[in-house]
Amino acid sequence: MHIDEIKNGLVLDHIKAGKSMKIYNYLELDKLDCVVAIIKNVNSKKMGKKDIIKIDAEIEVDVDILGYIDPGITVDVIKDGKLVEKRHLELPEKVSNVIHCKNPRCITSTEQGLQQMFKLTDKANGIYRCIYCESKAKHGSLL
Amino acid sequence: MKNLISILDLSVEEIDELIATADDIIANPKKYSEKCHGQKMATLFFEPSTRTRLSFEAAMYELGGNVLGFSEANSSSASKGESVADTVKVVSYYADIITMRHPKEGAPLVASMNASVPIINAGDGGHNHPTQTLTDLLTIKREMGRFDNLTIGLCGDLKFGRTVHSLVQAMMRYNNVKFVMISPDELKIPEYLKQELIDAGVEFAETTDLEKAMPELDILYMTRVQRERFFNEADYIRLKDSYILTSEKLAAAKPDMRVLHPLPRVNEISLDVDDDIRAAYFRQACNGKFIRMALILKLLGVE
Repeated sequence: MHIDEIKNGLVLDHIKAGKSMKIYNYLELDKLDCVVAIIKNVNSKKMGKKDIIKIDAEIEVDVDILGYIDPGITVDVIKDGKLVEKRHLELPEKVSNVIHCKNPRCITSTEQGLQQMFKLTDKANGIYRCIYCESKAKHGSLL
Repeated sequence: MKNLISILDLSVEEIDELIATADDIIANPKKYSEKCHGQKMATLFFEPSTRTRLSFEAAMYELGGNVLGFSEANSSSASKGESVADTVKVVSYYADIITMRHPKEGAPLVASMNASVPIINAGDGGHNHPTQTLTDLLTIKREMGRFDNLTIGLCGDLKFGRTVHSLVQAMMRYNNVKFVMISPDELKIPEYLKQELIDAGVEFAETTDLEKAMPELDILYMTRVQRERFFNEADYIRLKDSYILTSEKLAAAKPDMRVLHPLPRVNEISLDVDDDIRAAYFRQACNGKFIRMALILKLLGVE
């Protein structure tokens, strides 16, 4: 299968196989007018299988969301057909409206218009807690 | 410091400062009787708590200030569905400081993000109750004269008891403090708190036997097994009588040991313990008013 090289844009590489649609939705790539390619189950030496997303436009992506979903993803910045930057992601300190607090006693369950905010409290184990009630989020849990 | 949401908002130095102010208020109450003249405190109690609310109100009155507010959600606009954010934005126009109790965890934090006056968390569900912890700390300091080199027994509901969790987090910052966690298996302290103690290298033991633990304790912190924290009535009835302190059990304790309890008590401390000098829980309730006075002064920036 042949997919065109991109001239100016981003390649999200090393996505865990099967996670690309989730990322497509979280980054709201459906709202873009440019060419966006989702390539699933690409053979990878390191990962066995992986997904790749190619975006044919110079846009800013929310690296916090990407880092939370999977810090192993790399973001390649392409300019004039050449790779000019390879960004490695980290677990973000805070994420808003990405994780949903499951604690029925938390204020987020009743207060209208309140953002869901989680902070990284244990970097080694990737543990996030709700800033309001301090409930632990299961890693990788999403809205 | 503008708000008090969690006890960990306060450094050890700030706690020392509050305790020093409270000590001075106890020694010279007249000096403070007009400190908050012309200022108003709003008590927004979305969940009833007579004791905490009265303690705050008495504190503000003794500082010469005034109090307005409500004592249950039914008599507030929350019953019409108003958000916490809107409520405190409006109340900020009417009061100089807000004290809030709310059944939802994190509600006072939301309030602090929206109010233009200081917020004091007077309890948010099973989460935080920092002024109870300040009360406990003032009592420990006044009764024992120190915060370090203490063996603290915590007895009863250690799983849901928020006062226990905050007290552990506040006391583990001092030197050579040991904890003995005394509870039925169903009500042990949560794993995250155990992990915090392990990470900080703080010594602690867990036991189900109150009598065995008694002789080594400098402080015994009793708690009530609270009906409202249980989803299941049968579990509550089975566990509520597990750990009752009687004068016979107290006989094995050190002569200068102190018994603390956040009150209200149901039956976990027999009435015959009340006359023992080691029973400090009513003095503790009295301290609650003084430490709240100190806190109000600090948050209002009154010298």
